[in-house]
Amino acid sequence: MSVAERTASIVNVHGIDIDVEIRGSGAPILLIPSEEGLEAQLPVIDELAKTHNVVIAFPPGFGRSERPDWMSNPDDLAYVMLDLASQLGLEKPALVGFSFGGWVAAEMAVKNAGAFSKLVLVGAVGVKIGGPYDVDIQDLWVQHPAKVAAFKWADPEKANRDYSGCSDEELSIVARNVESFARFGWEPYMHNPKLKHRLHRVSIPTHLIWGDKDGVVTKDYGRAFAGLIPGASFETVANAGHYPQLEQPEAFAKALTKFLR
Amino acid sequence: MQAWHFTEMPYPDLPPLDTLSTMRVSIPSKLYDPKIGAELYNRYLDEHMLADELGLNMLLNEHHQTATCINTCAPLSAAILARQTSKGRICILGNPVANRADPIRIAEEMAMIDCISRGRLDVGFVRGVPYEIFAANTNPTQTVERLWEGIDLVSKAWTTTNGPFNFEGKFTHKRAINLWPRPYQTPHPAIWITGSSDIENIKRAASRGFVFATFLQPHEKVKWMFDGYRSAYRDTGLPGGGGTAYMPLVYTADSDEEAEKGARELTWYLDAKSEPQYRNPPGYVPVEYNVQALKGTFTGRTDAMRKQSIEYLRDQGVIIYGKPDDVAKQIKRLYGLVGGFDHLLMMGQAGHLNHEMTKRSMTLFAKEVYPQVKDLARTRPLEAQAAE
Repeated sequence: MSVAERTASIVNVHGIDIDVEIRGSGAPILLIPSEEGLEAQLPVIDELAKTHNVVIAFPPGFGRSERPDWMSNPDDLAYVMLDLASQLGLEKPALVGFSFGGWVAAEMAVKNAGAFSKLVLVGAVGVKIGGPYDVDIQDLWVQHPAKVAAFKWADPEKANRDYSGCSDEELSIVARNVESFARFGWEPYMHNPKLKHRLHRVSIPTHLIWGDKDGVVTKDYGRAFAGLIPGASFETVANAGHYPQLEQPEAFAKALTKFLR
Repeated sequence: MQAWHFTEMPYPDLPPLDTLSTMRVSIPSKLYDPKIGAELYNRYLDEHMLADELGLNMLLNEHHQTATCINTCAPLSAAILARQTSKGRICILGNPVANRADPIRIAEEMAMIDCISRGRLDVGFVRGVPYEIFAANTNPTQTVERLWEGIDLVSKAWTTTNGPFNFEGKFTHKRAINLWPRPYQTPHPAIWITGSSDIENIKRAASRGFVFATFLQPHEKVKWMFDGYRSAYRDTGLPGGGGTAYMPLVYTADSDEEAEKGARELTWYLDAKSEPQYRNPPGYVPVEYNVQALKGTFTGRTDAMRKQSIEYLRDQGVIIYGKPDDVAKQIKRLYGLVGGFDHLLMMGQAGHLNHEMTKRSMTLFAKEVYPQVKDLARTRPLEAQAAE
């Protein structure tokens, strides 16, 4: 896999430059990529763009989006992304977030669920389910890279990305994504202790899609996350780890399009 | 030139290194025998007391969750030495201010030790090496900012003598800061800082009159850093007056054979093993470095010195060893190659180097080498300015 070729589009949101890619027309979908930042390349995006206005927006610190120094967690990012949706005039888009982007999407939804028609969380992090000694979210930074690969991917070989064809600019985006992921998710580790007490505010149809072999946040975590959102549904994608959209793109596409229909 | 005795206080009695994946962060504490540890602590403190008797200064550091260094709390060992020694200077290099929750607590600890030692304390601050991030759980993307905010706050606390002030910074919020005691030295002890690549940080330290210290680097790189320091150095009139410090491994012996034997024991430190994720936490180095890492051309700061031959390391000034006159010669050569320096920080004990061998090297150095290098000229500002 290589870093996606994208047409540059920077939207200034109250002084903050946000990296946005817009495809197709129709009912709007606002998509928040994962920390891997590879979702723009998914075939399902082009498929959806035939009938939808798909807006892929990178939160501050990711892609080519600016990262103001005062921002410290996804709570901060959510306000900027809500402002972006409003500034782009998106009328009740479906909101789709992947992994870390799912956390951002959940933070957006608890703040203003009325701004969206539906919510999809894919392998999202962001809530703490168990007690202080429970590992709800595998620590991706303190463990050996081989273990981390096995947590992330059903096929750990997928962790070996080939960067040889990448320009320095593309590599800078990869490196800064990693840095921003740590900036916003270091402590409390990958969750906002307040989020689970706010998820009852998500009053729109919500669907959670999970890799059945996700070792970062397991199916049980996904089900518990779904249980915090009134009426939310939950489904798994077979033979997929933490990124079902990347590892099983076809099965994932089916799950996503079915819910968005 | 000032000479300092240093040991990281290692715990070397480990299973064979090829059976361990790491000596740092996640090495289980069942491998630590408290009885052996007790002997080691007392032995290392004894060696510092010997340094003091021999006219050497005492350098301390701290690390966490690692068999390479059981001095987890340098202020504690500094406090012991403040009371048990009487002549030499004591330097903590350094306080991991970016990794500690409360800079004011550091200011208090240093002021108290400075008073107990009657003004013999130098206070270093360090950002902390990459693997320290995990034990401290500091956000790795902001450690430089935290370091400087902490140093500024400690300095302000030391020098504010007319009652309390509040501080609402980025990383620390405190009310009614009012240090009792304040340091013995006025306005405050000399401040030291470490670095290995960030030249702007080095110049910033120089412009504030801090001592800049670097460890185990090839001499060309040391010169590059020291030139950067000298280009920005301003003598602020602090005790110690700024300057440069370099740490090689040093072993002085009666014969070439014993010297090489001692030097090889010291290289244990360079072989310290850790798992890859501890070496470059996300955001610890700037994006440009991580772009190089993705290309496979940046492997972390200390890797360059690993797996090198002892001859290479000696040529680079990373290890200095030999009979006393040879050691003096190597120090003078290094001094010339890097444009001079003020503090020789000698890692004179590492790994399995035993007490007898450590004592012999320290004694020979103090009696036969130190007199030959003591009077080497101090760092001067390139454009000398008067003290503030």
